[in-house]
Amino acid sequence: MQRELINRARELLADGTVDRVLGWQAGQFAYDITPAVFTDAGELEAHFVYNEFCADNLSKYLIKESEKEGKVLAFLKPCDTYSFNQLVTEHRIRREHVYVIGVESYGKADVEKLRARGISGITGVETVSGMLKVHTMYGDESVPLNEVMLDRCLTCKSKKHVVYDELIGEDGDVVADSGRFDMVEKLERMTAKERFSFWQGELSRCIRCNACRNVCPACTCENCVFDNPGSGLQNRAARDNFEEKLFHIIRAYHVAGRCTDCGECSRVCPEHIPLHLLNRKFIKDFNELYGPFQAGEVSGQMSPMCAYTETADPEASVVRKGGAE
Amino acid sequence: MSVMEKTAAARQAEWKPKIIAFCCNWCSYGGADLAGTNRLSYPANVKIIRVPCSCRVNPMFILRAFQKGADGVIVCGCHPGDCHYSTGNYHARRRMTMLFSMLSFLGVESARTRVEWVSAAEGARFKAVMDSFVEDITRLGPNERLEDLRCKEN
Ligand code: SF4
Ligand code: SF4
Ligand code: FES
Repeated sequence: MQRELINRARELLADGTVDRVLGWQAGQFAYDITPAVFTDAGELEAHFVYNEFCADNLSKYLIKESEKEGKVLAFLKPCDTYSFNQLVTEHRIRREHVYVIGVESYGKADVEKLRARGISGITGVETVSGMLKVHTMYGDESVPLNEVMLDRCLTCKSKKHVVYDELIGEDGDVVADSGRFDMVEKLERMTAKERFSFWQGELSRCIRCNACRNVCPACTCENCVFDNPGSGLQNRAARDNFEEKLFHIIRAYHVAGRCTDCGECSRVCPEHIPLHLLNRKFIKDFNELYGPFQAGEVSGQMSPMCAYTETADPEASVVRKGGAE
Repeated sequence: MSVMEKTAAARQAEWKPKIIAFCCNWCSYGGADLAGTNRLSYPANVKIIRVPCSCRVNPMFILRAFQKGADGVIVCGCHPGDCHYSTGNYHARRRMTMLFSMLSFLGVESARTRVEWVSAAEGARFKAVMDSFVEDITRLGPNERLEDLRCKEN
């Protein structure tokens, strides 16, 4: 796969279709993947990687890249294409400046799950007939990919590329039974008190590193409320448990109706806070109260936060329908 | 009963909820005014904050109200179809529904938040709404799940 991608990128650079290539390269370690821009064949050959560690959603980088002159080639996984569409909808990506190649992905590996199996000294990774082959300094190890996948990939909502100029590999389908709302439902069935202590335990670990916000392709404001010195919450850890909640409610609320459920926020959180549950609660509520909606499914959709109806919308008291706890 | 316990119990008995009511200028604030001129007394622990329209209420306002010591927060606007700016209350309805649902998901008691539509002609309704909201909050007791301890009086 990586070879095919490099070859195609070289062709498109050579024939002038694109001027730059947005892809992935290894950081200090092989599993430390970072997005990168390549401008010639030499750089591609030397640094470009595409493997089971390439989890990073590249769409957010296209905001800056597509503002520049010329055309950029972007390789997008199925989940990244949803973010791409959403950003085009919000006029944050200049579509005509991007050449999109959809790349297949059957799930990305979680290095921590590999470590938990005692695999260390990782130097590379590839899929060989359904098994994840991990190259290490001590030899190769084979593990079933689905046992070491990122949590977000275990509840993947779609293997379909919703936008592309060309595809490399196969296009999949929307996954109807992803089970991604199961945990939200479980929480909904608890009492308010139980939910409160669940979230207290989760949110109090937040160190306000802002990684969740920085990685999020829906969080793209130039001036974020959390950077505003007047907000009283500028870039610092929470002082009490009110502030812990404030940050998380507002972060999730600001992306509600725009969050595509790409899972990047939970993936990057160093404290393993299940931020996706907050996002999915909003998604589930939108689906149930105002009809099915998937952000980024097509470009040009109106957010359910704005698409009110005069007579069909339930009153806010629906929130209390489960009992006024 | 020790002295300490007595004071705690006494404090509990004396406790009156603090309620913040965001009222839109064109309808609900008028409704509150009418309740006043008609000498319909609504609970004194309801503090009204006048906003131009119900959709002016940012989710941060609600959270800040709780932070600064509110035990319940209610948003009041014109009845659907009557908003002075035509559609503000339709936006407010969705936004507040989503916010309140999230608060409930985090374990904040869902009866602490409400949206009610009150017109400028409904002084009696304004009183009734506030009476029932205060009653709900009194039953729930002080807000402890969204409080900022530094903002407490004692
Ligand atoms: S990434 Fe995690 S620790 Fe960092 S600010 Fe977000 S929730 Fe908090
Ligand atoms: S909130 Fe999280 S899941 Fe949603 S778009 Fe942002 S990073 Fe992706
Ligand atoms: S002016 Fe009253 S709700 Fe908009």
